[in-house]
Formats: sequence, C-alpha cells, structure tokens
Amino acid sequence: MLCHSIRDNQNIKHMEQHKNCIPIVAEGEEPLIQPTDLDAFREHNRKKSKALIDKTMTEKEAIERFVNDGDYMCFELYGTVRCPMSLTRELVRSGKKDFRIVGHGIHELDMLFGADLVREMDFTYIGLEVYGISANLRRAVESGSVTKIVEWSNAALIWRFKAASMGIPFIPTRSMVGTDTFNKSSAKVIECPFTGDKVALLPALVLDTGFIHVNRADIHGNCQIDGISGFAFEMSRACKNLIISAEEIIDTKEIRKHPDRTIIPYYLVDAVVHAPYGSWPGEMAGMYERDEPHYKDYVEKQKTKEGMDAYMKEWIYDLPDHQALIDKVGMDHFKSLTL
Amino acid sequence: MTQEYSPSELLICLASRVMEDGSTAFIGTGIPMLAASLAQTMHAPNLIPVFEFGGTGAILEKLPLAVGDMRTYNKGVAASGLCDIMETAQRGFIEYGFLGGAQIDKYGNLNSTVIGDHKNPKVRLPGSGGGNDVGSLCWRTIAIMIHDKRRFIENIDFVTTPGYLTGPGSREEAGLPKDTGPYRVVTNLCVLGYDDETKEMKLLSLNPGVTVEQVIENTGFKLHLADNITQNDPPTPEELKILRERVDPDGLYR
Repeated sequence: MLCHSIRDNQNIKHMEQHKNCIPIVAEGEEPLIQPTDLDAFREHNRKKSKALIDKTMTEKEAIERFVNDGDYMCFELYGTVRCPMSLTRELVRSGKKDFRIVGHGIHELDMLFGADLVREMDFTYIGLEVYGISANLRRAVESGSVTKIVEWSNAALIWRFKAASMGIPFIPTRSMVGTDTFNKSSAKVIECPFTGDKVALLPALVLDTGFIHVNRADIHGNCQIDGISGFAFEMSRACKNLIISAEEIIDTKEIRKHPDRTIIPYYLVDAVVHAPYGSWPGEMAGMYERDEPHYKDYVEKQKTKEGMDAYMKEWIYDLPDHQALIDKVGMDHFKSLTL
Repeated sequence: MTQEYSPSELLICLASRVMEDGSTAFIGTGIPMLAASLAQTMHAPNLIPVFEFGGTGAILEKLPLAVGDMRTYNKGVAASGLCDIMETAQRGFIEYGFLGGAQIDKYGNLNSTVIGDHKNPKVRLPGSGGGNDVGSLCWRTIAIMIHDKRRFIENIDFVTTPGYLTGPGSREEAGLPKDTGPYRVVTNLCVLGYDDETKEMKLLSLNPGVTVEQVIENTGFKLHLADNITQNDPPTPEELKILRERVDPDGLYR
C-alpha cells in the first residue's frame, strides 16, 4: 500500500493503518494533468471492437469522430521523423481546441502552438534540434497561453506509456531523481521494498487520443514501421483512441504473410487514414528524406508571429485537405525527395 | 603546421579525442554527432554511437540532422526504439553521454529548461528531452559548452540534468546509480574535469592561445586548478580535412 505524503498528518494516520505502507521520501510538486484509471482503461479495452472491419477514412472524418476539445494527446515519433503531419494539419483546420499534450515534438507541435491550441503539457523536449529553440514554444509559454507545464525526462514519459501498456499503475526508474526536472514533475520517490535503494515512481499514462504515422497498414489497422520504431509500440498500447495514418494501405494477406512485422495490431486502432507523404516536410524511413529547403525556410518564418501566421495560412488554412497539399507541393518535388 | 580553424571545429576535435575506441557513447544533436563521426574516422572505428530513438552502432557517414533520422542508424547494428536505448543506459551499458545546456554550475548540473522562474519564464528553453536520462544513467558525461560568465554560474535557474548535484555523495543519496557522474566539460577555452574530493569543477587543459586568467575571468564560480595544466593541441590538418570534406561538407558547423 502506497501512501501519499508522510508530511501530511492524515496520511501518517492512514499509513499507521497499513503496516506495510511504503513512505514517500520525495515528490514532484505538480499535480497529474492526466490521472489514469486502469480499471476504466481495462473496461474501455474490453468494449473496443475486435472485428476485422474497414477503418479507412479521411483525416477530417477521423478527427471529427475521435477528437474532442480538451483531449489529452500525443504524436509519435519526433522531430521531423515519421510525424503524422497530415493529421496535424487537419487537426488545426478542425477548429477543435484547448488540447492537453504530452510532448516531444518539433514540427507538429509547432503547428499546434502556431494555432494557439495547447493549454497544458507534460513536457520533455520541444526544439528545432540543430536549428535551435522553437520560437513558437517561446511565444506560447512566455505569453502564458500554455497555462501549465509539468516536466519529465524523455525516458520517463515513454516509461509512463510502458506502464499503461503493461496495465500497471506505475513503473520505477533510477532516472530523474535529485533534479528540478523531478521537482516540477508528478513523480514520487520511495525506498525500494526489496533493496532499500531510492527509486522514482512514474505514474502510468493513458492518452485520450494518439496519432501515429506508419509506413504501411491494412484497412483494419495492422501496422508496419520501417527503421527505428521510436515509441510506437508503447504509445499505441496506451491510447483510448488511436488514429493511424499510413504511407501505403496494403492487403491483409501481406500482413499475415509477415506477422513478425506488425508493431501495432488492428484491435488497438480506431481509424486508418491513407496519407502518402504524410510526414512531409519531415522524413519517412526508406521512402523519402526531409525536405531541407522547405524546412530551412520554415525555420526562418517561425521566428516571428507574422512569419508563422503566413506559413500556417499558406500550408494549412488555404488548403482544404492533404490531397490539396500534395497537389501544391507537386509530385515532381516529392520525387526529388524519394530515396 | 597549424591551419586556421573555427571555435566550433576546435570543440568538435576536442570532444572527438575524448571518445575511446570500442566504447559506447550516447549522442545528442549537434556537435557530439560531428565529434563521433570524426572519432570513427580518426582513432575509434569501433565506437558505438547510440541515439535516443533507437539508432545503434551507425557508421556516421552523413551528418544526422535529427536524433531520430535515418542517418542515426546508417549501416548500424540495430534500429530499435526509445525504451530499448534508455533501458540499455539504465542497466549500465553506455559509457559516455554527451550533454549541453544554457547554464552549468560548479558541480556540472545543467539547465536546459528555463531562464528565470519556471512558472513565468523569461526564456522557455527546449527542456530535458533525454538530457536528464543521459546525466542520470550513463557512466561518464561530457558537457560541451560555450564558455562565458552567463553560462558558467554559481546558481543555475533550473537543474534539468544532474551533475554532482550538491556535492560528494549527493547523487547516491538522491538515488542515482553508483559511480556515475560528470567527467569532462569541453569548452571553446579549455577542458575541465572535477576535483576528486569536492566534486567541483577543475581546469585541466587550455585551448591554444588561452590563458588561465582568461578561463577564470569567464567563469562565474571558483575553479580548482590542476597541478599541471596542460595545453590542448589545435585541430590537426588531418582532422580538419576529414571534418570539412567528410563529416560536415555543407559547413553547418563551421
């Protein structure tokens, strides 16, 4: 039995009632912005359809059906690599708002900041990597538009997904302890009941909605990923709703021929969106590389609010859907990025 | 004969020389990527670069632009995922970890989260990412820093990544794995280590043309001085040739 705080008299009484209670020796000050109810998650998973139905739909339909204002969400992978950009652009166009985000991110979260859609965050890293700090992040946080930021290490966030994917309430780690990253998190330190060593406990994290872009999927949502798998495995198993976009839609026979390649099985998936070049202007392993000239131009534009607004207008608001973006970029240009 | 070189090129060469052949190094964005690539060509063909999102043992022929891009597992031995990499670090497989930050204190604690107050920041920085995990879980960490009084300060605004925290024994006391911690700080002025007894930063060697006074002037806390402060060699013509022709032909870091 785990108690909440030894500093709290009531809890000390509570602790006395439970002889085997493990005291908390340190705790982060921030409240959990997405508490997890594992029994509710089990119930949700029990009810989720296991039928092999056709889940293909457009970006618009997927977001209309599976995203609500205020949802807590995450976008795999990271940076400009295999990011679900066609879904992100549609999310911005959808008018849905006040999202709570767990992040990791560069290009996709920059779009959400640019449209002022983010209110609270479990945060680990948002930046432009070799191109420096994200000006969108700075504007969103320093203006107070993002009202709450809870800090975590990168591993901690993914281990939180891992705990959820295991169906357990928390996972211990030897990372994060002793720092302000810990102090501004919602993690707690206990002494290990087996060794007496201090460990940080990371609470399980279940997303309202997850977005993952993959190389290939069938119409039911069985997914294959080429190259590094980032955190697709853990995150896909920690979602109430999971929206997949895929470069290619393949026959289920192909999936069944190579079942070892399935990283996300169909029963986890709610929507499958066919999105060729769906990670553009980012890269897709084995398929196309990052559009460096476009990205460098973006890096310049995002430095000012006006530049960012102009970028959003040109590449999101003025385009009705992903097909319009493909037409605007042009197949010749895409072919120049093809590996 | 010495050639002209930029401050970045010197930093890359110094960081590269620290990397041992046959060891594992957790590589972040930027200078560590170039340093690892240079080391593989110069003296460490069996250096295993490990990248946060799953790339392991890449032969770094083209400069990765992102810690998840295809170049991080170019001709690599494995392309796994974030959990595998972080768990590999947590069970003690990763020797060196490279780190950076906006501020560093005498114990090697790093800030890459926020300048000013966390709730109402003056500047919101990118955050921990894998930094905190690298500083917690790798055996020895090497920070790469621009050396000035705004960055080398007594009290950093936020401890994103643990160095020796508040001094000897404090890492273990907090629960961090035994015998881990900061090893070197490589800067545009010098290479620093840590005093064995106090775990405070210590000047080990000077970059070409730099004096001890200059290092002290640019450091916002009291430095220990090694008994025998040595000189760092400038980049050799061979290092510069590899760097400019192979590692970074586009000159992103010149």
